[in-house]
Amino acid sequence: MIGEQQIWNILEEVKDPEVPVLSVIDLGIIRSVKTSGDRIDIVITPTYSGCPAMDVINMDIRLKLIEKGFRNITIQQQLSPAWTTDWMSEEGKKKLKNFGIAPPNPRQQFCNSEMFQQEAVQCPRCNSWHTELISQFGSTACKSMYRCLDCHEAFDHFKCH
Amino acid sequence: MNTQTFIFCLHLGDNALILAQRNAEWTGHGPVLEQDIAITNISLDLLGQARNFYQYAASLFNSFNGEQKKVVDKYIPRLWKEYNRELQEDDLAFLREEQQYLNLLITELPRGDWAQSVLRQFFFSAFQFYLYQHLQNISDPQLAAIAEKSIKEVTYHLRWSGEWVIRLGDGTGESNQRIKNALADQWMFTGEIFMPEEYELIDVLSFKNSWIKKVQDVLSEANLELPQQTWTQSGGKQGKHTEYLGYLLAEMQYLQRAFPNATW
Repeated sequence: MIGEQQIWNILEEVKDPEVPVLSVIDLGIIRSVKTSGDRIDIVITPTYSGCPAMDVINMDIRLKLIEKGFRNITIQQQLSPAWTTDWMSEEGKKKLKNFGIAPPNPRQQFCNSEMFQQEAVQCPRCNSWHTELISQFGSTACKSMYRCLDCHEAFDHFKCH
Repeated sequence: MNTQTFIFCLHLGDNALILAQRNAEWTGHGPVLEQDIAITNISLDLLGQARNFYQYAASLFNSFNGEQKKVVDKYIPRLWKEYNRELQEDDLAFLREEQQYLNLLITELPRGDWAQSVLRQFFFSAFQFYLYQHLQNISDPQLAAIAEKSIKEVTYHLRWSGEWVIRLGDGTGESNQRIKNALADQWMFTGEIFMPEEYELIDVLSFKNSWIKKVQDVLSEANLELPQQTWTQSGGKQGKHTEYLGYLLAEMQYLQRAFPNATW
């Protein structure tokens, strides 16, 4: 009999290929882990519909479990309830910041279609709030680009979703 | 009912896929790097949405009985019928012919200049935004889940494209002229959005006023006038397309047609 906690602990070692400081647990994409006998059923939810990292994450979870000696693995994708950055762990947000990516703000009022809004985003390098948006879309679907007006560094912001 | 859902999924998936392919033409050609990345990110979101609709359509088809399969036969790719395996998402994207595509004509128009592309994106994102709002509440759980997921992405697309329409309309003389030209070219293609088809499980007319209000608000902030309603181009939702779609498909489908079942 495989313990579910044991699997959660192993999943902690599976990293997001695009943001390698975050584990799939930090990201909040593991919806459930069920075990029965030697069988493991994992349900994950995609971050963005077209995120190319999802297929890789799927495979990485499988490979990690195989590496630990498990063979009977099913991974299912579930779209609803839709993933939100509010599911990211506090630990994950800290890791992001240390990595140089501004963590997502709570969903609050900025996740809407209102135009020309300014969202307060803190520079992960010098902690200044004196920053400006460069582009709503960054190097991956989940990030936008900002510039710090004090230390003048450009940085990624994990946008609320 | 299930056959109707299948066709509706094709329509929704085709809209997303064809516009994804058009926007992807900007890769490496955007006016500035950040916006090149923005419009191709939108492409990627749309591609993901198309995949979700095609995966669902394929799973529906594979569970159909003979009678149901006959009803939707005209949408099924000829080449796949020789393959002797279950229908997959890629078969729907890469093996269907022009007349089997049910996308709106506006999604297949050439990418044009930046003004053409952002105006089209704005019209389309506003449409998807209201459509998905309704689709989230539909009784089909998988369609509702796809809509719930996708609307979060579309919210960003709508904001981004609306801002660009305003930036160009309220910008320089040149940018204002360009977006005016785009508006004159594209307006006649917007009417098709609100011409209902039997396979649509959502009444598109129910959000026509919201769409017009949104468009009106953005255009007036952009110093542009809402054009008078004129002749409307239509046919895409029934598989009758402009001459542009064939060329787009030829490029997009080349690999699967030259090397059937290629994977990498």
